[in-house]
Amino acid sequence: MSTATKELTKQEALFEYLVRLADDRLILGHRLSEWCGHGPILEEDIALANIALDYIGHAANLYEYAVEIEDEGRHRDDLVYFRNDPEYKNLKLVELPKGDFGFTIARQFLFSSYSYYLYQLLSDVEDEQFRGIVEKHFKEVKYHLRHSREWVLRLGDGTEESHERIQNAFDDIWTYTGELFYQDEVEKLLQSNNLAADTTQFKKDWKNLVSDTLEEATLDVPDFDQFMVEGSRNGLHTEHLGHLLAEMQHLRRSYPDADWQ
Amino acid sequence: MATTTTYNKDEIWDLLSEVKDPEIPVLSIIDLGIAREVTVDEDKVTVRITPTYSGCPAMKAIEQEIEKILRVNGIQNFEVKKDFSETWTTDWMPEEAKKKLKEYGIAPPGKTEKEDDFFKTLKGSSRVISCPYCDSKNTELQSEFGSTACKSQYYCHDCDEPFEHFKCI
Repeated sequence: MSTATKELTKQEALFEYLVRLADDRLILGHRLSEWCGHGPILEEDIALANIALDYIGHAANLYEYAVEIEDEGRHRDDLVYFRNDPEYKNLKLVELPKGDFGFTIARQFLFSSYSYYLYQLLSDVEDEQFRGIVEKHFKEVKYHLRHSREWVLRLGDGTEESHERIQNAFDDIWTYTGELFYQDEVEKLLQSNNLAADTTQFKKDWKNLVSDTLEEATLDVPDFDQFMVEGSRNGLHTEHLGHLLAEMQHLRRSYPDADWQ
Repeated sequence: MATTTTYNKDEIWDLLSEVKDPEIPVLSIIDLGIAREVTVDEDKVTVRITPTYSGCPAMKAIEQEIEKILRVNGIQNFEVKKDFSETWTTDWMPEEAKKKLKEYGIAPPGKTEKEDDFFKTLKGSSRVISCPYCDSKNTELQSEFGSTACKSQYYCHDCDEPFEHFKCI
C-alpha cells in the first residue's frame, strides 16, 4: 500500500505504526529463537530463548491491537503468516542472519537501547490500550538492555578474540542503525495526535548510551555519520527476510486451515 | 446440565486460590496477583486476570486451569477476561507469597526500581540479593534469565548453592 498517494487517516496510520513495531519484534524474536539449543553456554541459551519469547509476546499484543484498529475482521495470524516480504515493515537491522554470538549481542544492544528510549516516550501516548501494552513491554525491555549491555562489556573487554569479534560485529551492523530514526508521514501524523514517539527527541541520548558503553568495553565507536541503508519501512528488504519468512510461514501456508485439536 | 449453583464472590476467590502457577507450584494466581477481580452478575461469573510476562508460556495453562476449576464446581456461565490496562508488577505480591517463595528456595522480589534508579543500576552498582538458604549477601548474578522469564540465576559464595531470584518487575 502506498501511503504517499492518498490522504492518510489516523486509523490507517495507527494500524501501520503498530504493524511496524510488531514486525520488528516478531522478526527479531524469530532470529533469536534460532539460538535455542545452540547458545554458547546453557544460561545464554535460556536467556536468548526467554528474550525471544518476550519479543514474540510483544508482537502478538501489537498485532492483536492492530487488527482491532483496522476493523476488517482479520486475525493477528493473518498478518504473521499471509504477508509477503514487501508487506513486512520491519527494520533491516532485525532480519539480518543471527551471525555469531558477538553479532547477536551487538544487535541486541543496539535494538534494546533504542527500544528503551522509544518505549519511554510511548508511555505517554493518548490511547489507553496502546499505552497499557507499551507499559508492560517497557519493563521487559529494561531487562533486555541490561542483559545485552553487560555482554557488550564482557566481550569487548574480554579476550583478544571476543574483542575482535564484537568490534567486527558493530562495524558490520552500523549502516543498519540509521533506519532506527526513520520518520515519514505515518509517524508525523500520529505524533501530532500524540500517538507515536518522535525519535529525533532521543537520538542524542541513544548515541551517548551507545558511545559510553562501547568506550567502557574498550571498543571503537563507529562513525555515526557514515552511509546508512534505508527503505525497510516501505517494504524494501535484504534477501534474508524472504528466507526467514519461507521457514516461518511454510507450515501454515501448506495447511491454512489446520488447527490444534 | 445447567445446574443453578450460585456462588458468591468469596467462594469464587477460594476456588481461584487452588489454581497454581504451573512453573512455581507453591504460588497461586492470587499470590502472584494475576487474578485481579471477580464479578458475579446474576448467573454469570467473570474473572479478570492480568498476564505477568508478555511471552509467558504458562498464561494459557493458567487460563485453562481457571476454566476447569469453575466448570468442575458446576459453574457453566463464566468468562475469563485478560486485561492489559493495568501492568502486572511483583509489587502486587503479598508478603506471605514472598515468604512462601523463600521457603521454596527462590529469592523473592524486593521493591521495584524507580525509573531514575534504572540507569544507576544499569551502569554498575548491582542489586544485592540474599541467598534464600543461608541469608548470605555474598551472592553473585550468573544470568539475568533463569529457567523461566520471571527468574534470574544467582550463586551463593557462602553455602555454595546456586539459586533462583524472582525478578522485581
